[in-house]
Amino acid sequence: MDDLLLEFLTETNEHLETVDVEMVRFEQDPNNEAILSNIFRLVHTIKGTCGFLGLPRLEALAHAAETLMGKFRDGMAVTTPAVSLILSTLDRIKEILGELERQGAEPEGSDGDLIALLDRMASQEPSAPEAALAPKTAQASPTPVYQVLERELKPGEVSLDELERAFQAAPGPEKDVTAGTLTYQVLERPLKPGEVSLDELERAFREAPGPARLVIEKPTEKASSEMPAVPAAAPTAPKKNGESSEAGEAGEGISGKVQTIRVNVDTLEHLMTMVSELVLTRNQLLEIARRSSEDHGYKVPLQRLSQVTAELQDGVMKTRMQPIGNAWQKLPRVVRDLSNELSKKIELVMQGADTELDRQVLEVIKDPLTHMVRNSADHGIESPAERKASGKHEKGTIRLNAYHEGGSITIEIADDGKGLNFAAIRKKAAERGIANDAELERMSDAQVAKFIFHPGFSTAAKVTSVSGRGVGMDVVKTNIELIGGTVDIRSEQGRGTTFTIKIPLTLAIVAALIVSSKDQRFAIPQIAVSELVRVSPASEHSIERINGTPILRLRDRLLPIVPLSKVMGLSGNEDANHGFVVVTQVAHQRFGILVDGVFHTEEIVVKPMSSKLRHIQLFSGNTILGDGAVVLIIDPNGLARMVGSESDRNEFQGDADPEQAVVAADELTSLLVFRGGSESLKAVPLSLVTRLEEIEASTIEWSSGRPVVQYRGRLMPLVSCDEELTIKREGMQSLLVFSDGDVSMGLAVAEIVDIVEDKLDIELLAERSDLVGSAVVRGRTTEIVNVAHYLPMVLETWSRKERKGGPERSLLLVDSSTFFRDMLVPVLKASGYRVQTASTAQEAVRLLSNGLHVDVVVTDLELSGHSGFALVASLRADPHHSVTPVIGLTVKPDPQQIALARKLHISEIVSKIDRRGLLSALAELNGTLEEAA
Amino acid sequence: MKLIDSTPSGNAKTASKQMEFVTVTVAGQLLGLPISRVHDVFVVSEMTTVPLAPGEIAGLLNLRGRVVTAVSLRRRLGLGDSAEAGRRMAVGLENQGEAYGLLVDEVGEVLKLDPDEMQPNPVHMDRGWVGLSQGVHQLRDQLLIVLDVDAVLAFETEREAA
Repeated sequence: MDDLLLEFLTETNEHLETVDVEMVRFEQDPNNEAILSNIFRLVHTIKGTCGFLGLPRLEALAHAAETLMGKFRDGMAVTTPAVSLILSTLDRIKEILGELERQGAEPEGSDGDLIALLDRMASQEPSAPEAALAPKTAQASPTPVYQVLERELKPGEVSLDELERAFQAAPGPEKDVTAGTLTYQVLERPLKPGEVSLDELERAFREAPGPARLVIEKPTEKASSEMPAVPAAAPTAPKKNGESSEAGEAGEGISGKVQTIRVNVDTLEHLMTMVSELVLTRNQLLEIARRSSEDHGYKVPLQRLSQVTAELQDGVMKTRMQPIGNAWQKLPRVVRDLSNELSKKIELVMQGADTELDRQVLEVIKDPLTHMVRNSADHGIESPAERKASGKHEKGTIRLNAYHEGGSITIEIADDGKGLNFAAIRKKAAERGIANDAELERMSDAQVAKFIFHPGFSTAAKVTSVSGRGVGMDVVKTNIELIGGTVDIRSEQGRGTTFTIKIPLTLAIVAALIVSSKDQRFAIPQIAVSELVRVSPASEHSIERINGTPILRLRDRLLPIVPLSKVMGLSGNEDANHGFVVVTQVAHQRFGILVDGVFHTEEIVVKPMSSKLRHIQLFSGNTILGDGAVVLIIDPNGLARMVGSESDRNEFQGDADPEQAVVAADELTSLLVFRGGSESLKAVPLSLVTRLEEIEASTIEWSSGRPVVQYRGRLMPLVSCDEELTIKREGMQSLLVFSDGDVSMGLAVAEIVDIVEDKLDIELLAERSDLVGSAVVRGRTTEIVNVAHYLPMVLETWSRKERKGGPERSLLLVDSSTFFRDMLVPVLKASGYRVQTASTAQEAVRLLSNGLHVDVVVTDLELSGHSGFALVASLRADPHHSVTPVIGLTVKPDPQQIALARKLHISEIVSKIDRRGLLSALAELNGTLEEAA
Repeated sequence: MKLIDSTPSGNAKTASKQMEFVTVTVAGQLLGLPISRVHDVFVVSEMTTVPLAPGEIAGLLNLRGRVVTAVSLRRRLGLGDSAEAGRRMAVGLENQGEAYGLLVDEVGEVLKLDPDEMQPNPVHMDRGWVGLSQGVHQLRDQLLIVLDVDAVLAFETEREAA
């Protein structure tokens, strides 16, 4: 195939893609002349080139399409069938081009069918356009409005009235095409020099192609500066028409006027390989330089070389970068076709289309993205009728959003449709035997949602031509994971579904952690590593075994351990207990890789595995380190699969899903464990602590014997957490900062030990006000500190606030957890409430029915035995309390709760651990109460 | 690194008909590789073993910034690994765009041989060897087996895939 043809093919394909997108845009915005002229120009170019190259089929098709578009330009109504017709013509052109690319010649065949349709559509013009244009023409002929220009006319200018009249008299351009009788008009005075005669104006109008109205709406700068309030001077209309379309292109068009050249992809790939080699060599040199202590004068140039290499690497990487919009280009068309096919109204919103990512990555995600958008359109968005019924806008929205985040790129595909049907997924999962009922019962919605990634999983009631065949989401997931990405789903019943894809920016160079196992080094991609834990038999973290399977207790969760040496078959030694655990997270699987040593992280250039080794799923590639050694790159996905398959065999309970942890954590409280002056451990609920700080003791000032420190532009009083601990005068002092609004307090502690999550079982201590009580945390007796004890010691402001609150209001706090009550009561008291507590709903109801008057009820919505909602419902039934404001506390607000809360007029739902949220909710209520009073 | 002596060691009178072979020795057996397929000959310094790899693959090498898959000719021929841990030699080969290093005990010289003089494999030759050998040349004091490079590098890996 000759170069000319090749060039033509690449160019035309690009043009066609643009036309596809533009056509859809144009359909939505038929008055946008810039889009139309852009399309027109592109199709015209295609037609022209085809003629030049002697491609009659293409030329004929392009010509017919151009004719129809010409009619649009002349004002013919833009209808869906017409646009569909043009789009299918474009498809035909693409087909022919494909054939042309394969065989080097136009395929045989006739396009008479399409051309006939196009011609018919184009010749319908007399009837259709007039109807469509009727309102416009009406607009165009208002009664003349006399306008006054606030200054003398300069020579060469036309008076406003004249122009106006000229406009009125000028027949509309569309009429003009069909019947063009000239109206002679007479100007009642001689023309001044430079003025334009009416006839000339008339002619200019007639000559101006296209609806000149549009041009007039955006006068050029020159016209507007000279003649404010006057529609643009007509004589220049033809020229300006050209200008405006160009301006439109620059502003709204696809490509800015950036100078570009076409470079063969292979050339770029080669360049990339060479740069990778350069990076490696540089690394080797640096390694040598590090090892030798003497400087032979090469270290400075080496530094420079290193810098230049880095820059070169960046530059070459940039050439591989493409805006993600390239992968999205087909989507408007896809969505348009789908919405026609499914009779839905769908709007596609694309944000961050210029976010760049590696070409290679782009190729991989192109299809998954299209698939997901199709899915959203088909399953997600409801029909207009359904949407109306559920109170939504008829038109559904699919929102694509891409942005950079760290070393990866995040793409969101969100629809505002009906959301995932969790019940159906559960049912289907049970049917297909993926999970049993008991397991499903325990699973959170987020976990259930992940089932849609199982192969062959579809809950669609009927298989449509679009989707629902159950192939797809698993492929999507596999594809994305193949390049080290992850997919997440968030779905809310009735509100829509959001898929979040996270993918690395590039595949060629990744940050990796270098580890060793049995004297051999391996690289683990950093993206999969969440933390490192050192393990040894005597220490806090030691590996335990269940039936020989190693397990690590990590923050109360069991982490399955995979000894790397064992997976690799490097040793038969089963009792590896020393080393490091690389905690790895792959999709929803979490496991620890036990290695002997951990070195450092290094930017490695990923080289593909030899074809002879590609079947080993444990490795994703190899690389050469700075010291010249070849190192294998471990594929966490592959390892996860190996762990997974192992788990089936030997009860390897590997599912340490974070979601599950959250569910389990309902009962747990996060505690910050610290040490005061004495040996005993102290703890305070983490939710109460605003920040942890370490300050230079010398910055502590002593005002009248009390320690204060300047903190965020204010003075913050400090208090020692117990009598044994004196606040340091030198060195570093650890502080727990408690804040409430603008007021902060620093609690000086000797040492911050840990953050633990534990079930709290507090034994109350009556005799000490600084402690709530003591509890066993992680097997050790720990004193739970009563923060409220310290507040009055240091903060006059806190107590002053009480007075500020005006008359005391009464509040009923219902919470079954003694601990929470004890934590909240002082806080609420400090904010000026008279607090009554009840541990159960029954108790609360009893108190209230005994005539207790309260201004506000704060209740846990998940009370044991009797739901908090039931309590509120019975409150509402009681005429005395039917309007009493209620604040609901919950561990994790979910939409069902919110909906129920709204029904019961619960003023606010606050997360249980969000103390500040509660206080501000109360303050808000206070405000409204006062207003009411 | 040992440079290949490309000057003909024998008489160049019948050069047009002759083919050049790089001779290598494995377990005392002399083998010849067509010189057109040999890229270079090098000493193996550091090699990274690949766990779970097929037995024929000895590991990965860094050859001037390129990762080369090292294939043990001994194992490929069904022979045990060499007992002596001297310096290891490798012949650099290219197959389907990928670089391989064929580990051998020793690299000899370059021989010019007339293809017409090549004898077919003896019928009772080891099955494993027959597939890798194109034929046998009778040298004055020993026999030289002409290796089929593509066959040597075409070993099955899929059986390990499971």
